[in-house]
Amino acid sequence: MNITEILFWFLSALALTGALMMVTGKNPVYSVLWLIVVFFAISGHYILLNAQFLAIVNLIVYAGAIMVLFLFVIMLMNLNADNEPQKNKWLKFAGLIAGGSLLLILVGALRQSDALRTQALQTGGEIGLIHHLGKVLFTDYVLPFELTSILFLSAIVGAVVIGKKGD
Amino acid sequence: MPINYYIILAVSLFSIGVAGVLTRRNAIIIFMCVELMLNAVNLLLVAFSKMHYTAAAIQNPASAVGTDGQLFVFFIMVVAAAEVSVGLAIIVMMYRNIHSVDVNFLNRLKH
Repeated sequence: MNITEILFWFLSALALTGALMMVTGKNPVYSVLWLIVVFFAISGHYILLNAQFLAIVNLIVYAGAIMVLFLFVIMLMNLNADNEPQKNKWLKFAGLIAGGSLLLILVGALRQSDALRTQALQTGGEIGLIHHLGKVLFTDYVLPFELTSILFLSAIVGAVVIGKKGD
Repeated sequence: MPINYYIILAVSLFSIGVAGVLTRRNAIIIFMCVELMLNAVNLLLVAFSKMHYTAAAIQNPASAVGTDGQLFVFFIMVVAAAEVSVGLAIIVMMYRNIHSVDVNFLNRLKH
């Protein structure tokens, strides 16, 4: 068991634990903090796959910007008390069964395919580095890249219009 | 690492997100579970991109196969950031109107 495998198992356990704690947590603030743990673990996976640009973007955009936004919204609403009313226990049970069935079916379908079992991921490779991705982004993908600025502009305008007080 | 370990990890994260959306009633936590599902898909895209690169690099070490997958992950992150800003604005407006973020109160279309 070399260092890559140890890191893989550690990061996988961290991601799954964080996801489970996020879903089951009572306090929304703790849920946000556990989701940040999941994002850090996924960034570690990106570094193991040698996708360093995506690892940094994931940390900055998700763990940095989006989660701070969630945290601010929760603090503005004063939701830190446990005020989620208990709903029907059977509905909750049905939701768990549905999620577990989805996992079971996907894993079962995966076990049927022998082709995926043999291919291994090796370390190394240059495609995830920023000097390569940036070159492709500004040549082949320059039109979608510029269109995202329009998407962001409409998102800004939409957020301001929706969140505006009084009408 | 074999690719099916990554597939199982991503599928597990996705299923946890689905179960969270179905069981929780807090709109913010449902929204966070959607983000978790997006991230599981991103992880799977990066793993497949790496798998195709590893297969292609045996013949040609300078090949750039798999770049498209990583750029798709980048665009998914961009769209997710725009989605979060609009979605949180909707949740804030909902809290201002009904003074709760419980999605069970949003059943006016039923009556």
